[in-house]
Amino acid sequence: MAMLLEVRDLTTRFHTLDGVVYAVNGISYTLEEGQTLGIVGESGCGKSVSVLSVMRLIPEPPGKIAAGQVIYRGQDLLKVDEAQMQQIRGKEIAMVFQDPMTSLNPVLTIGRQISEALMVHMGMSQEQAYQRTSELLDMVGIPQTADRYTNYPHQFSGGMRQRVMIAMALACMPSILIADEPTTALDVTIQAQIIDLVKTLRDRLGMAVIWITHDLGIIAGLAEKVIVMYAGFIVERGNVDDIYDDPRHPYTLALLKSLPRVDRSSKERLATIPGLPPDLLGLPPGCPFTTRCAYVVERCHQENPRLEPAGLGHEVACWVDVTTGRER
Amino acid sequence: METTVENVAANVLDEFEIPPLSPRELVWRRFRRHKMAVAGIFIIIFLILYSVGGAFFLSESYANHTDTSKRLQPPSAEHPFGTDTVGRDILARTIYGGQISLLIGLFAVAVETIVGVLIGAIAGYRGGLTDSILMRFTEAMFNIPQLFLLLVMAKFFAGKIPTIQLLGRTFSGSVIVIIFILGLTSWMYLARIVRADFLSLKEREFILAARTIGTSNLEIIVQHILPNSMAPIIVSATLGVASAILVEAYISFLGLGVQPPTATWGNMLDGAYNYIDSAPWLWIFPGILIVLTVLAINFVGDGLRDALDPRTLTE
Repeated sequence: MAMLLEVRDLTTRFHTLDGVVYAVNGISYTLEEGQTLGIVGESGCGKSVSVLSVMRLIPEPPGKIAAGQVIYRGQDLLKVDEAQMQQIRGKEIAMVFQDPMTSLNPVLTIGRQISEALMVHMGMSQEQAYQRTSELLDMVGIPQTADRYTNYPHQFSGGMRQRVMIAMALACMPSILIADEPTTALDVTIQAQIIDLVKTLRDRLGMAVIWITHDLGIIAGLAEKVIVMYAGFIVERGNVDDIYDDPRHPYTLALLKSLPRVDRSSKERLATIPGLPPDLLGLPPGCPFTTRCAYVVERCHQENPRLEPAGLGHEVACWVDVTTGRER
Repeated sequence: METTVENVAANVLDEFEIPPLSPRELVWRRFRRHKMAVAGIFIIIFLILYSVGGAFFLSESYANHTDTSKRLQPPSAEHPFGTDTVGRDILARTIYGGQISLLIGLFAVAVETIVGVLIGAIAGYRGGLTDSILMRFTEAMFNIPQLFLLLVMAKFFAGKIPTIQLLGRTFSGSVIVIIFILGLTSWMYLARIVRADFLSLKEREFILAARTIGTSNLEIIVQHILPNSMAPIIVSATLGVASAILVEAYISFLGLGVQPPTATWGNMLDGAYNYIDSAPWLWIFPGILIVLTVLAINFVGDGLRDALDPRTLTE
C-alpha cells in the first residue's frame, strides 16, 4: 500500500524555566493508507506531544520541534508555512481529543462548529454546509439531525459530544484521523460504541487512523501496528499480534500483565509497574526504564539501547532478551 | 383515559418535547428576575422616546433661539421647564441635549470597546513580547489621570474638527472630539478584562480543537474566543455608556466639552452654577435627566452582569 505519512527522528523539546523537557526523543514511524497505528504508553510518555508535533500544534515557545521530518505525501510538514499547514489541518489530517466535555466551544452551536471546517476547506456555502453537516451527524449516529444542528454542546451527553467531535474531524474526509485517547473520558459502554463507530467509518472512508491510548485492550481489536512509547522513546514496535503474543520489551510485558483479562482467575491480583515514568527534565544517560525494570543489567545504566529487529517487522529497544532473561 | 404504562410513558415523553432553552432565553430569564434592571430598561426607552420623539414637537432652531427679554423665566405654561440665562427654552434644550448626550455615550463606548477589545485581544492571544508592550502601554495610560488627559486633549483639539452634517442635523466638531476623547481615555479597563479572558480561553481545549481543523488565527479570535468573553464586554460597555455621559457632563460643566449653541445635558449645567439658589430650574431638569440615565443604565448593567454570568447567584 502507498506510504501516507513518514515520521523520521522527530524530536520535540520544551524550554521551561526549570530546564529543558525532553518530551519526544527521535521517534520514527510510518503509516500507510488505510492503516491503523496504535500508540501506547503511560501518561507523560510523549504520545500526545508526538502527534501534536506532527500537526504542528505545539505551542512555541516554550515548545520546539528540535529535529526530524514529517513527510506527508512527499511533503515535509515541518517545513511548510503556517498558511499551508492550516490547509492540511482538518482537510488532510484531523484530530479527535480526549475530553469531549472541553473540546467543544460552549457558546457556538454544534452545527456551526461542524460546518466551520466545511466552509474553511471546501469553500461551501452556508446552505451546502448545513446539508453536509446533517449528513455527517447522521453518519456518526446522532438522530434528529435537523434539530440537533442548532443545539449547544451543553445539551449533549459525553458520548454524543465525542460523536460530534468525530463528525467535526471527518467533515472534510481527511486521509489521516488522529485519535488522542478519544474514549478515556467516557464510560465503558460508550467507549465500545465510539470504537465501533471509528472502525466502521475507517473502513467506509478508507482513512488511516493513529489511535493513542494507554489501554492495550482497546488497541487489540483495532490496530494493525503498535508503537509502545516510554519517556519520549519508542521502546517496541511491531504488528499487533507480535506485541500481544510475543512482547519483547520489559515495559510492554509489564503493561500487558497489568491488564485485567476475562480468561484469568479473578482471585489473582493484577500486576502493577512500580514507580512513575521519569521526569523528562534532563534524561539519565542509560535506558529510562531502568528504575522500574525487572530485567535490569549493568549496561542499562550506561547506554540507552536503540531499536533492534526482534523478528519480521518487530523491533525492540532493550539490552536484555526477555525470552531468555540474558543480555543480548 | 386509562393510565397504562404506555400512557404514562407517552406523557413523560411529551414533557420532554418542550424545546430546551437557548442561551439567549436563559439570559433573558435571569435578567427578568432583576426588577430594577427591567425598570432601568423602561426608563432608558422613555428617555430615548423623550429626546428623539420630542424633536417632532419642538424644532432645533427653537431650542437654540435666544431671546434675552425672556431670560431666567421660571417654569410656566409657555416654557414648562423655564428659560435659561439667554432666554432659550429649557424643555427644548433638554430634548436636543438628550440626543447629543445619549449619542456621545453610545459612540464614546463604541470607540472604547473597539480599542479596548482590539488591544486586549491581541495582547492576550499573542502573549509574549506583544503582550508586554501593549500592557505596559495600557498601564501607562492608566497612570495618567483621566481628567488631565481629557482637559489637555479637549483644549488641543478644540476648533480643529469642522462641523459635520448628518441626518439633517448639524453636529459641532466638538461633539466628535468629545466622543473620541472619552473613548480613547477609557478603554484601558476593558482591555485588561479582555486580555485576561483571552489568556485563559486560548489555552482551552476547544481552541486547540478548532486549530486542528485548520481555523486561522483571525477566525479563532473573532469566532471562537470573542463570543466566549462577550459577557464582560457587554457589561463593561453598558456601564461605560453611563460613565461617558457623566464625564461628558463633567467636562462640559468645566466649559471644555461640547460648545454652545449645541446643547447637551452637561453644558446646560455650565452657567447654572451662578444661579443655584435663584434659578434652580436651570440645573434641576438636566440634572434629573442625567441622574435618571446613569442610574437606569447602571441598573441594566448590573442586571446584565448577573444574567450573563451564571456564577454570580441572584435571588
